[in-house]
Amino acid sequence: MRAPLSWIREFVEIPKNISVNQIAEGLIRVGFEVEEIIESGAGLTGPLKFAKVLSIEEITEFKKPIRYVGLDCGEKEVRYVICGATNFVVGDLVVAALPGAVLPGDFKIAARETYGKTSNGMICSSRELGLGEDHSGIMVFGEGDVAVGSDAIVGLEINDTIFDISVNPDRGYALSIRGVAREVAGSLGLNFIDPVDALRNIEFESTGTGVSAKIDDPSTASVFYLRTLSNFDPTARTPMWMRQRIEKMGMRSISLVVDVTNYVMLELGQPLHAFDKSKISAGLTIKRAGKAQPFTTLDGQVRQLDPDDLMVCDDKIPLALAGTMGGQSSEISETTTEIALEAVRFDPVCIARNSRRHKLSSEASRRLERSVDPSLAEFASARFVQLLTTHSSAKHVATVVVGKPRYAPLIDLDPGFIPKILGLEISAKEIARVLRIIGCDVDEKTFVVDPPSWRLDLLTPTDLAEEVARMIGYDKIPSILPPRPNHASLTSTQKRRRAISAMLAARGLAEVQTFPFTNQETIDQMGFVGERAATYRIANPMSDEVPLMRVHLVPGLIEVAARNISRGAKDFAIFEMGAIFRSAQKLVPAISPVIGSRPDAKTISAIYASVPPQAFHVAGLLVGKSEEENWQGKSRAYNWQDAIAYAQDILRLCNLEWSIKRSDFAPWHPGRCAELIVDGKAVAHAGEIHPRIIAKYGLPERSVAFAVGLSALPDSEIVRPTRVGTMPAAVQDVALIVDAKVSSREVEEALRKGAGDLLESITLFDRYDKIGDGKISLAFTLTFRAADRTLTGAEVTAMRESAVATAVKATGAILRTN
Amino acid sequence: MNPADIKRWIAAAEAAFTSAKDLDELKIARLAHLGDKAEISLASRALGSLPAEEKASAGKIIGEGKAAITDALQRATAKLEADRDAKVLLEEVVDITLPVGRAHRGGLHPISIIKNEISDFFIEQGYSVEEGPELESGWLNFDALNIPADHPARTMQDTFFIEPVESGLVLRTQTSPVQIRSMLEHQPPIYMICPGRTFRADELDATHSPVFHQVEGLVVDKGITMAHLKGTLDNFAQAMFGSDVTTRLRPSFFPFTEPSAEVDIFFNGRWIEWGGCGMVNPKVLATCGIDTEVYSGFAFGMGLERTLMVRHNVTDMHDIVEGDLRFTRQFGVGL
Repeated sequence: MRAPLSWIREFVEIPKNISVNQIAEGLIRVGFEVEEIIESGAGLTGPLKFAKVLSIEEITEFKKPIRYVGLDCGEKEVRYVICGATNFVVGDLVVAALPGAVLPGDFKIAARETYGKTSNGMICSSRELGLGEDHSGIMVFGEGDVAVGSDAIVGLEINDTIFDISVNPDRGYALSIRGVAREVAGSLGLNFIDPVDALRNIEFESTGTGVSAKIDDPSTASVFYLRTLSNFDPTARTPMWMRQRIEKMGMRSISLVVDVTNYVMLELGQPLHAFDKSKISAGLTIKRAGKAQPFTTLDGQVRQLDPDDLMVCDDKIPLALAGTMGGQSSEISETTTEIALEAVRFDPVCIARNSRRHKLSSEASRRLERSVDPSLAEFASARFVQLLTTHSSAKHVATVVVGKPRYAPLIDLDPGFIPKILGLEISAKEIARVLRIIGCDVDEKTFVVDPPSWRLDLLTPTDLAEEVARMIGYDKIPSILPPRPNHASLTSTQKRRRAISAMLAARGLAEVQTFPFTNQETIDQMGFVGERAATYRIANPMSDEVPLMRVHLVPGLIEVAARNISRGAKDFAIFEMGAIFRSAQKLVPAISPVIGSRPDAKTISAIYASVPPQAFHVAGLLVGKSEEENWQGKSRAYNWQDAIAYAQDILRLCNLEWSIKRSDFAPWHPGRCAELIVDGKAVAHAGEIHPRIIAKYGLPERSVAFAVGLSALPDSEIVRPTRVGTMPAAVQDVALIVDAKVSSREVEEALRKGAGDLLESITLFDRYDKIGDGKISLAFTLTFRAADRTLTGAEVTAMRESAVATAVKATGAILRTN
Repeated sequence: MNPADIKRWIAAAEAAFTSAKDLDELKIARLAHLGDKAEISLASRALGSLPAEEKASAGKIIGEGKAAITDALQRATAKLEADRDAKVLLEEVVDITLPVGRAHRGGLHPISIIKNEISDFFIEQGYSVEEGPELESGWLNFDALNIPADHPARTMQDTFFIEPVESGLVLRTQTSPVQIRSMLEHQPPIYMICPGRTFRADELDATHSPVFHQVEGLVVDKGITMAHLKGTLDNFAQAMFGSDVTTRLRPSFFPFTEPSAEVDIFFNGRWIEWGGCGMVNPKVLATCGIDTEVYSGFAFGMGLERTLMVRHNVTDMHDIVEGDLRFTRQFGVGL
């Protein structure tokens, strides 16, 4: 919302010693962010004159149209200038910058030779004067708009300060100069003159019958003022000052009738719509479109109406998309002489829906969906009549009113409540004073507060607390720490995640965070099927390339790895922690209980249950060499063992025990993927990535990855350590020849089982696969220890033999003797 | 046994040991003065032939003499060994400036670092760190926070909706639904924060990302005022940006707080918008079944990316979201 200081001053007496910055700070203090302070006319010095076009010579030998224009600038001689614009004719009035003038951007105007002529100045567009972005042509005025030869800097009211402020959605009233001026006055403690006061008792003579008005459903609009005017001369022009203000607000001047509707909206905040009365069949009714049908709005777009759209209709067809945009069929035109002016307090929700359904946010809808002061339908439409009849031949015919304004209810305020919320001592008297500044009526005996008509957002004592704080200044509130609870800590799950991240980071993995989106092609490429491929689709995705929620972390890691590789990285390890979104559960229709009181337990649990579980995973991707290569030597590549080791280390860090088996599991190599199982549940997978995927994404061959489902991990049990034995250990080595298909884990398990309770540890210290004949040799070190004695040689031998015997029986192993 | 002889032997041995130039010479001297044929050794062997009454005193004198010579030998040995080591080790000098340490540099993502830092700060204040799902019920993300279906605030945030849209499921646009979950699950006093990932249908550019992070704070207790909110934010801002940072609250609008404010920080010479905050709207408390006659509360929310960008002068969001190792590794683990 823009607000020119010259306009604000009309409603606030601002002393000269208050600076622009003080005004801006005042606005910020009461909650209006000042996005920009535009010093219009900054960098502009004259002479800048209004001039009349006397002659136009078209120069045609150049690529673009060039005109040599004779101007009457109120001087003795005709002044000739070169001009590239063509949007004017002889007799038009324009703005001419004469030699010596400086335009914004330090553009010095001087007499110069160009296009074979002498140009003694320049005809200006609004952008060249720093007045706006309109560069479609030069500024053109009609006879009588401005005085030839007069100073255009004064005439255009160029020197001004324009505040560009952002208005929060609860403060629709401030989308008007009236509203902004009130805030400036309130913030700076100045006197505010309400422009509505001058409109309260205005009466217009009725000279005929007006267009009739009707509200079909009172929930869609509370009050409808319909004022009929006649005898309008469509050649009437917008007065210069009004046009200037409209343009400073960032809108365009269109025609007197439209300009007056816009001017009144900007001044007071009530959108108005003017219909060409001759195009209306019988009266106007506010009602729903009722059925789908095409409708052409003012901007020339044909829109398909929704049956629920709120419209302003005559007895035949819809004429306007209510509160949003008028229709082309009843538009004010160059032949309009009779006008029906609509001012309605529409229901904000209806307008918001109109606007959203048609993706059409207009100046009118922006205001109406934020609630407009219900009293303004009367006053703004009166202001329209006042302005139009003053500046044209138009006459008021009749005013029809249906409905009546609905105002916000009274609020019972306990003045003690406000200091309790703000943490600031403040007397009841002060509260009353401050509430009156924003327009409330306050009965200091009962403390019943009547909010002003434009503040439909004030409904509760808390709303009033904000108003009091805002006007006193948030900076007056002291800064105190609340009482603290005695203790808090991370949950064990959170601690686990942190420990895992810290371990991975310390071991050379860099954490990444990817967008949790994917697409079907990636899911298929990875080889995910069934439950692991099912996910949720975003109705309005960031991009059509990624409309799905991710089902796994590894694809995101692959994408990041590919990006790093494309930027020159070769050997690295990365990991990510985050949620995945497999659609294990069918979605149910939204459960939306009314708010304001706690829903019953059943509803709450239904809402909770409607949100599908989102598993939390950690995954890593290891690419290229496992160490940097430098003068110390070559380095080996990451391999499947590294990936499995990371997965196991994560489980170990969580103090969990697991079993392991080979698994054919996407996106891994079917022969080189380990599945780790805790409490009978597969919780982690690790190994080489499937060669197909590696090739597809251009990763180094045999890149490896691990993924651990952290939310599937059980809590670790409390540790109850065994006593550390101090007796000497006995160490025995055994080498077994087994079939290559037998896993080392099976052999180890068998040895462990056969060795008995005194086996302290078992380590595979050698694996030899060059024996041939489909056999391998596995050599283990067995360490035995008793808690209470030194083991005898005979005991140890017996235990070793028992271990070997068990392994032989279970795995078909043969004891290697050489 | 003549004690004078013993003294002479000791003196001779000491002289020989100290004059030895290296361990080889010392070995010769040792054999001469402590070996089998050394005078003291001979005297020791001769003890057996002495009469019993002399044996004890002579044995004592010889034993002491032997000990003195051994002691002298040890001193000389230690000295010569030290000399030898010094010489030899000096020859083993290496260039310890050579690049070593071949392990890849790992590290945490800066957003994780800042999340941990904020969590630690608030845990120390007695707050719990809560979490909630990213794919969230629309009722928890909007309605319960007093954002009805047609409220303009709901269009302020471009929301990602999940199909079918009738499910009302959204990618949470804010961490605030975790407030609601906390209040539905626990009775006050509630002191919690929720750092987490959030989503808005923004284009990725230098300062926006469709996927970003917020930290939410919520306190509900007896007698909580806006002054407590201010105190907490001042404390938090100083922890994040240094003790000389100042904060400013500006009136603002959020449907779930009343009064509402934007919190700005004055950092590096300018005011920077940091986040939003306010007193929890009683309607929100009531929706969670909290007695608004007894309890009041405050809430705040900040963007983690924004905090990171301001504090570390990160100028482009792309660096935060792309996962380029050259960016992430600069942060280490944030210590």
